Amino acid sequence: MFKILKYSFFDLIRSRWSYVYLLFYLLLGCVLLFLNNDLSKAVITLMNVIIILIPLIGTIFGVMYYYNSKEFTELLLAQPIKRSSIFIGQYLGVALSLSMSLIIGLGIPFILYGLFQSNEIWDFVLLLVTGTFLTLIFTAIAFNIALYNENKIKGFSYSILFWLFMAVIYDGLFLMSLIAFQSYPLDSFSIGATLFNPIDLSRILIILKLDISALLGYTGAVFQKFFGTSFGLLVSIAALSLWVIVPLLNMYRKCRKKDF
Amino acid sequence: MISIEQLHKKFGKNPVLKGIDLNISQKGIVAILGPNGSGKTTLIKSILGMVIPDKGTLLVANVPINKNWKYRDQIDYLPQIANFPANLTVKELIRMIKDVRNRPGEDKRLIKLFKLEPFLSKKLNTLSGGTKQKVNIVLTLMFDSPIIILDEPTTGLDPIALIHLKELIKEEKAKGKIILMTSHIMSFVEEMADEIVFLLEGKVYFKGNIEALKKQTEAPNFEYAIANLLIQEDV
Repeated sequence: MFKILKYSFFDLIRSRWSYVYLLFYLLLGCVLLFLNNDLSKAVITLMNVIIILIPLIGTIFGVMYYYNSKEFTELLLAQPIKRSSIFIGQYLGVALSLSMSLIIGLGIPFILYGLFQSNEIWDFVLLLVTGTFLTLIFTAIAFNIALYNENKIKGFSYSILFWLFMAVIYDGLFLMSLIAFQSYPLDSFSIGATLFNPIDLSRILIILKLDISALLGYTGAVFQKFFGTSFGLLVSIAALSLWVIVPLLNMYRKCRKKDF
Repeated sequence: MISIEQLHKKFGKNPVLKGIDLNISQKGIVAILGPNGSGKTTLIKSILGMVIPDKGTLLVANVPINKNWKYRDQIDYLPQIANFPANLTVKELIRMIKDVRNRPGEDKRLIKLFKLEPFLSKKLNTLSGGTKQKVNIVLTLMFDSPIIILDEPTTGLDPIALIHLKELIKEEKAKGKIILMTSHIMSFVEEMADEIVFLLEGKVYFKGNIEALKKQTEAPNFEYAIANLLIQEDV
């Protein structure tokens, strides 16, 4: 597995797109930090951008890599290695190279800004941790979708739809259900629904960390009471990890049964 | 070395292999032929464990291959389409495959033979189709395994490379290996193959050497003999 991981990682970090992705974060980070005198506003903008962008890029890169390396994967399948090592190695290669672009791209502006001396360092660490989680999650789901669909176009469409659902439609449904059932107590429902969507969960975690949960009104208080505690943080990290582990296990299961 | 019994495989509702019985034990070059859609690729992929059969047994070196991956150490496979990671160099790719197989390979000789030295540190996405196929051949033949499977090995090769390839295959045969290949170029098959396995609609329709095939079909040459096999089926 590590051999496959090593070479797909090397292959990917030399691709032009990795540089574009890295430069984008570098630019975004520099502009927001240096041309903005309110740090917490900068973090919120940064959060809003990466929370939508990371899942999209993870999804697209995951699906594209799978379909592009199909013939090479067939060559690897004929070698004396386990199937699961090939796919999990490739998945980690994609996810880690994307995470590296994110961490380096945002890390450099943070360091230049002198964040090591400031109290906000943990906000930024949380930003990078949730960003990495989102990359791992959405790349894994993209690989799953690609494994189930031989047809490239279908695979692409399903994964984009999945991203759209998680990033946009889910929130709409969530809000509508909150309005529809407003006469009932919705505390645990809204906490559950947030835990179920990695994008929402990441957003709430970052907002709470920034101590601006008051902006969220009563819901903010509910969230603060749950996610603000160390138990809540633990549950959130566990939920994010489950979002990585479940697709990975399914990938392991599916790739052993598939015909190539 | 390879023994197959009652191998069945369906893709969805479409049965591709309908009970293949095949035993390849003596050394030499076996050509797997058949019209499009007769199951050649599926058969090869089943031997390699890439396609999982629905029914039947498949033994390689007397070991059943299901849920086993170590047996592939004894097989060198040349895939039909050569497509490699775009941003690795030829040298890195060769190192990767050696790394994956955990074995040293005699790549130097093959690189020299196919004159690939100038391409060694070029990225794979800059190579032409024929050069990629040469790299593909180097990757396959640099290991010394008892079984070699070649899927359309002549694709995209220039005449000189083709001559080198033929020599290489003959060399491997002289070492006492089993070589399975598919090809649509009948003159290549006629020159190289010791034995023909003709698949038709998912079954082994003919197995034997070229002489026997010519006798059975009463055809003047090999190409007509193959054509006759198909026509007989239609009648």
